[in-house]
Amino acid sequence: MISLTHSPIDYHALTESVRSPQSGAVVLFLGTVREMTGQRRTVALNYEAYPTMAERKLGELETAARARWPIDQVGIVHRLGHLELGEISVAVAVSCPHRKQAFEAGQFLIDELKVSVPIWKQENWDDGSTEWVDPTADSSQPPPSPDNSPRHC
Amino acid sequence: MLQVQFFAKARELVGASPVEIPWPNGGTVSTLKANLTQLYPQLQPLIPKLLIAVNNDYANDDSPVQSSDEVACFPPVSGG
Repeated sequence: MISLTHSPIDYHALTESVRSPQSGAVVLFLGTVREMTGQRRTVALNYEAYPTMAERKLGELETAARARWPIDQVGIVHRLGHLELGEISVAVAVSCPHRKQAFEAGQFLIDELKVSVPIWKQENWDDGSTEWVDPTADSSQPPPSPDNSPRHC
Repeated sequence: MLQVQFFAKARELVGASPVEIPWPNGGTVSTLKANLTQLYPQLQPLIPKLLIAVNNDYANDDSPVQSSDEVACFPPVSGG
């Protein structure tokens, strides 16, 4: 199940949606709005998406993950709009027969989401300024492309 | 004419989305970047990193673009 939403993410329902008797392992990742980035203080984040392409790319990520791991169910929800500190921006839930597969698949899905899905975050700093986040700003690598995506630690 | 959508910082710099721009037969993504730079000089700082999507997929500089295509321009993604 893949979706974009402007409402708070119901991660309990998302987790339940991937559970099954075939899966001994369920991994849930929650991305949340963090206050401190180095010495800078965030008061809120705004998220914007290119919805049709974002949903397509998320579907491609699910297909790629299913080709690599024995996945039972996948659920990915990304929230858009204005989020306050501590709110959940993204939830990834994945179920597999065994834990190693589930952890690896979950990490793959969130890592790839961050470099290939057309969603953008805008910082609202505590001094009143706003700034679109550019993950490539601190690297000399080219921007991501379908077959050449930079990896961030 | 070609309709172009902008997102995030690209949308803010252009000040509108979508826009319609004149489009030549045989144009490519490179043509689009050059034309956008002329029409919207304020995009210049983003151009080296600007990503172009044609019909909901990432396109390379030599990808052809037709006026009937769905085209979007945006900076590096930062979701999550």
